[in-house]
Amino acid sequence: MKLEYTAEHQAFREEVRSWLKANVPAEPLKSFDTEEGFQQHREWEAKLYEGRWGMITWPEEMGGRGADLMQWLIFEEEYYAASAPLRVNQNGIFLLGPTLMEYGTEEQKKRFLNGMATGKDIWCQGWSEPNAGSDMAAIRSRADLSEDGSHYIINGQKTWSTRAVWADWCFGMFRTDPESERHRGLTFILVPLDSEGITVRPIPQLDGLPGFAEIFFDNVKVPVDCRLGGEGEGWSVAMATAGFERGLMLRSPARFQETAKRLVELYKANQETADEDPSIREAVLRAYMDAEAYCLTTYQTACRLMQGGKIGAEASTNKIFWSELDQQMHATALKILEIRGELLPESPDAGDVGRWLDGWLFAQSGPIYAGTNEIQRNIIAERMLGMPRK
Amino acid sequence: MDFTFSEDQLLFQESVRDFLVNEITPDKIRQLWETDSGRSDELWQQLAELGLTGLTVPEDFGGLGMNELDFVLLAQEAGYVALSEPLVNSVLVATPLLSECGNSAIAEQWLPKIASGEARAVVGLAVNKLVEDAHCADLLLLEKDGAIYAVEAANASLRANESVDPGRKLFAVDFDPAAAVCLADGDTAQALLNKALNRGALGVAAQSLGLAQRMIDLSVQYTSERKQFGVAIGSFQAVKHHMANIAYKLEYAKTPVYRAAYDIANDTPRAELSVSHAKLAACEVADLAAKNSIQVHGAMGYTWEVDLHIFMKRAWAFNSSYGTAGFHKNRVAAALLADNAALGAGATF
Repeated sequence: MKLEYTAEHQAFREEVRSWLKANVPAEPLKSFDTEEGFQQHREWEAKLYEGRWGMITWPEEMGGRGADLMQWLIFEEEYYAASAPLRVNQNGIFLLGPTLMEYGTEEQKKRFLNGMATGKDIWCQGWSEPNAGSDMAAIRSRADLSEDGSHYIINGQKTWSTRAVWADWCFGMFRTDPESERHRGLTFILVPLDSEGITVRPIPQLDGLPGFAEIFFDNVKVPVDCRLGGEGEGWSVAMATAGFERGLMLRSPARFQETAKRLVELYKANQETADEDPSIREAVLRAYMDAEAYCLTTYQTACRLMQGGKIGAEASTNKIFWSELDQQMHATALKILEIRGELLPESPDAGDVGRWLDGWLFAQSGPIYAGTNEIQRNIIAERMLGMPRK
Repeated sequence: MDFTFSEDQLLFQESVRDFLVNEITPDKIRQLWETDSGRSDELWQQLAELGLTGLTVPEDFGGLGMNELDFVLLAQEAGYVALSEPLVNSVLVATPLLSECGNSAIAEQWLPKIASGEARAVVGLAVNKLVEDAHCADLLLLEKDGAIYAVEAANASLRANESVDPGRKLFAVDFDPAAAVCLADGDTAQALLNKALNRGALGVAAQSLGLAQRMIDLSVQYTSERKQFGVAIGSFQAVKHHMANIAYKLEYAKTPVYRAAYDIANDTPRAELSVSHAKLAACEVADLAAKNSIQVHGAMGYTWEVDLHIFMKRAWAFNSSYGTAGFHKNRVAAALLADNAALGAGATF
């Protein structure tokens, strides 16, 4: 055990820091759940790509830097410390990208990876359906192979597709074998959202913005070369994607450590009134310690992976931990803010505290998406602890 | 950056675990409860033969010359079996205090005997009010009025207390400073005492991880066997979630404990903060393990006969050992709220 960065890592950190300092927009971008903000974020992705900072863990020939996990953690630390924009193409680069590299043909990699890296193609997910939420194997949307075998004809409905309103492509699972049940007979297909027969209906989120949407498929024709993996192998391809999502890449510790830091600062600035509720001080300490613990455990996992280990069922512990931490931190901040805690950011008396409310609203989704925390607890009990399924 | 244990450290953990799980069975613990001292000379000798009593004793004095990071996984295993012999305090608190106190005569006299298992040394810190295992100690290192004294057993008078945990032996100790050797006073003593407290808290934290794991294992086993409504009760989601809640919190208590061990072993400036975080996180998860485990054991968990209480009571007792939660929270608060506190992304290491 050696808990120190090497000189190379320090130099890498300096390099990231100075690039971000020179390039992060001085004015925060508008929310990417607005049309204007979405466009701003797309441009930011292009800028990241130009600097080769878009997806540093990708191989160099794909616009990355072949960075290892330690460099990725350092990059994320600097990225959040610099208050750089949220990643509008995270579904693409963090979820679909790694899945494509594992399951895609050479032709597919050439065709899709560059577009997602530059921000030209923004991807959304097509997993959930009205009757297939936590029970993802209940998917009913169909993709029928045409008689000449050249394309699929998709019919059905997907829902809760984040950023689908302005996205270019959707990746998801469809039932290709109508006789099949549950996990069998599903196929992973990439669908252009401008295809004929697609209707996207925005769903306003808690903040009123159309951050996610329903997607209706009415005889949508998709060429077979948009299939990722083999026909009927969709479940295992999707599991790889879900694994990346729950695993290390999507929610790096830096994000929560920065929130914890802002919370400590908020508490210090308002300590006199905050201490009228003694539970606030306790919650601030807990926020710092939990964010720190999340960082420590992530570093430990990263070191294990770099030494050839694997992420197992303990990845499910990670998702519960950060989502509950995120809620707890924002709840505490709103208590400290008193009446200002309920004011929308654009209210004249909100001051500069509005992002705590935005964060609080977003934090409500954490324990629900990417597999509810109840599902995660079942996975921990059954796969990590070996408790009986029935 | 390497946040993993070495192959050697993991192998040592494995061999110590095998030994402890085979030797310190719940039956053996119950037998020891029935004895006057509650301690076993034979067991202590076995621990000495494994090199454990001398783990942190310098090699010149017959020990292994290892450090807190080498021991932390072993302390976790000691917690897993609720070991009552004063091994963790001897290795983490008494031995380093003797080595670092600056009195070479005392160190030369006692450290070889501690390594060989001939003698036991215990430490009495004011923060703990009572002294653990004073009755089986040959040498007591006692804090009094800000100074540290080495007191031989014959010169200490003990008043025994019974703990809720029958494995813990706690004593009020009185002694005449005139008949003892003053090892340190003033600022020197304060620095030594602070280190002793941090090491003791690390020991409690590491053992609490083991206790939590043991309670998970007992509960998973019980709920997989116990049937109601025709099925194992462990198949019910309400029961599963009680267990999952312990398991995920345990994952995030382990790394703070390992980091604290590293920080003490390397004497880093953040050691005090790391230790307090570790102690709070580990005691909290052991507490939760106790609460959820007795619940899923049902009435069986409320009995003396079922083994759960051996571990549950140790977890309860540890809460206020080597600093209450309030003490450690105040230390964390002092570090966080300081003007120059390093916080946020990138400030962890």
